[in-house]
Amino acid sequence: MWEYTEKVKEHFFKPRNVGALTDANAVGEVGSLACGDALKLFLKIDPETDKIVDASFQTFGCGSAIASSSALTEMIKGKTVEEALKITNQDIADYLGGLPKEKMHCSVMGRDAFQAAVACYRGDKAPREEIEGELVCECFGVTDDQIRRAVKENNLSTIQEVTDYTKAGGGCGLCHEKIERIIAEVKGANKTTEPLSAKARKTMTNIQKIAKIQEVLEKEIRPSLNQDGGDVELIDLEGDVVKIALRGLCSSCPSSSLTKAGIESKLRELVYPDLVVEEAPQ
Amino acid sequence: MKTIYLDNNATTRVADEVFETIRPFFTERYGNPSSMHFFGGSVGREIVNARESMAELLGASPQEIVFTSGGTESDSTSILSALSTMPDRREIVTTKVEHPAVLNLCKYLARAKGYTVRWLSVDKFGKLDMQEVKRAITDNTAIVSVMWANNETGVMFPIEEISEIAAARGALTHTDAVQAVGKIPINLGKSNINFLSLSGHKLHAPKGIGALYIKRGTRFSPFMIGGHQEFSRRGGTENVPGIVGLGCAARLAMKNFQEENIRVKNMRDRLQHGLLEKVSQSRVNGHIEARLPNTLNIGFEFVEGEAILMRMDEKGICASSGSACTSGSLEPSHVLRAMGVPFTAVHGSIRFSLSRYNTEDEIEYVIEETPKIISTLRAMSPFNVENMNTACIVQ
Repeated sequence: MWEYTEKVKEHFFKPRNVGALTDANAVGEVGSLACGDALKLFLKIDPETDKIVDASFQTFGCGSAIASSSALTEMIKGKTVEEALKITNQDIADYLGGLPKEKMHCSVMGRDAFQAAVACYRGDKAPREEIEGELVCECFGVTDDQIRRAVKENNLSTIQEVTDYTKAGGGCGLCHEKIERIIAEVKGANKTTEPLSAKARKTMTNIQKIAKIQEVLEKEIRPSLNQDGGDVELIDLEGDVVKIALRGLCSSCPSSSLTKAGIESKLRELVYPDLVVEEAPQ
Repeated sequence: MKTIYLDNNATTRVADEVFETIRPFFTERYGNPSSMHFFGGSVGREIVNARESMAELLGASPQEIVFTSGGTESDSTSILSALSTMPDRREIVTTKVEHPAVLNLCKYLARAKGYTVRWLSVDKFGKLDMQEVKRAITDNTAIVSVMWANNETGVMFPIEEISEIAAARGALTHTDAVQAVGKIPINLGKSNINFLSLSGHKLHAPKGIGALYIKRGTRFSPFMIGGHQEFSRRGGTENVPGIVGLGCAARLAMKNFQEENIRVKNMRDRLQHGLLEKVSQSRVNGHIEARLPNTLNIGFEFVEGEAILMRMDEKGICASSGSACTSGSLEPSHVLRAMGVPFTAVHGSIRFSLSRYNTEDEIEYVIEETPKIISTLRAMSPFNVENMNTACIVQ
């Protein structure tokens, strides 16, 4: 059972502004039946003042989706489009006294629907939210732009958090690596390990390179392998060839070649791109 | 407000008779059955009685019953035992619709231990294709684990027939019968089933007690290693109140089979017809005939399950849903998806599961209230057919 606030329950049981607005001049739609939630937002905007005179919604979804939709319409009514565009998903959640973290995507859906409606009003988009950017999560149709925005605005740092806020990665899990890369990219400024510059690479001794590789293995790779009962050890570095040994469950795991490829891409990203990973003979 | 409890596949109330029977074992007869003194030793006699009742309910003999902590422990014990006693066989056959207790164990064994798992599909009625079952079981199969009845839809599998096929290949058979025991008659006397798991709290005994049937002659390797309890097949001091309660619940189940299969089934059927009649665009998930007498899984199209449950909860009605939003994960029920139930109905699927404690009046109340909830939510949904054609008005 979810711990919903009284405000969420109140907006769920007595939602404000339900139904289609017959004289709407902007409509925004997000979500789909397959995803399990969808929101259609109707706005009546005064073209003279850009003020949102009226707003209403139709929502297919869970308790927090309906409550978030209801809250959104209350929050934007009376505001100008510019003012309302400043509302973040966190503002919607705050208005409701907070949402369970697994339900934050409901507030994101509200904000996305409003942006789609504004785009519709300004005439540059169809009412259906157009997919911007590259599709990352195929299960829930989430793009890199949407993930990047959620990571930035809500200061997310794990895949689980991205899933809670955008749904991305909540299905088959194949996009987890891509999501990780987007998080790393957004968080670039305060990343724990920085890739080496070309110059640094030339002047570095082999020992220094090994230390750097060791650091990445320790910080970025071993924790997740340990979680699955596996481990990795650095055996040697010959030129650009990193020799490793997979230990524990990894050594007998049929997908160890995938693990090796994963380690290689991580080292290439965080140390330098010419590295090749090889499994040392046991 | 009165609670109308229609979630008996999740857990059941402890029967009054069971509660009264186990009460003295907390404060008066709290001895350890392994003790040499009469105070403890006399409790052992009660465990013998409970084992006899449990065996009778299953058509087994008392030596074939091991008390455990519940369904999950019994499932893990069976599957891991089969794998360790048959080290040359590296394959497991199971279905895509198992309870997580079996499903996730098999996934783990594939991922971390390198076993090959053959996942049997189900058709749109939730039934297995017996030809596929035959093809999947090979000379390399260590164990076939197929549930007796599905917890979400109530659909029953022909486990006895499957155990014949497995036995012919020298493979062992396990069945998770957590939902079946106590609801339908089971007679293991002549079957080829090697292991059967059951859980007390699904048949009006307390939580934390279960049992494992191990067919005589089946090679066994214990999961809980410790003392000599349970004939050295499950170490650990016996959960005496739980075991005594489970024995009592088994006797009650035998006494109530008739009622379970007539009165409970009639109420379930009344609920099904009442809801299908009053709510358009609704459908039963699962085979109508090959189904437990107490379970109804119904898909209300174009509405979302959690929203339905919250509104039912407000009316005092307890049920459960296969929708994504109720599970904490984003994926809706793996059972309904395996059956190919359309997305329009998966998210709005509700499981009602009855027990002998329900009344006809309660069922009428649910038939009265549920359609109102569905129509309120449908009126809000953008997918309501009438609402689907609003175009964008571009200035």
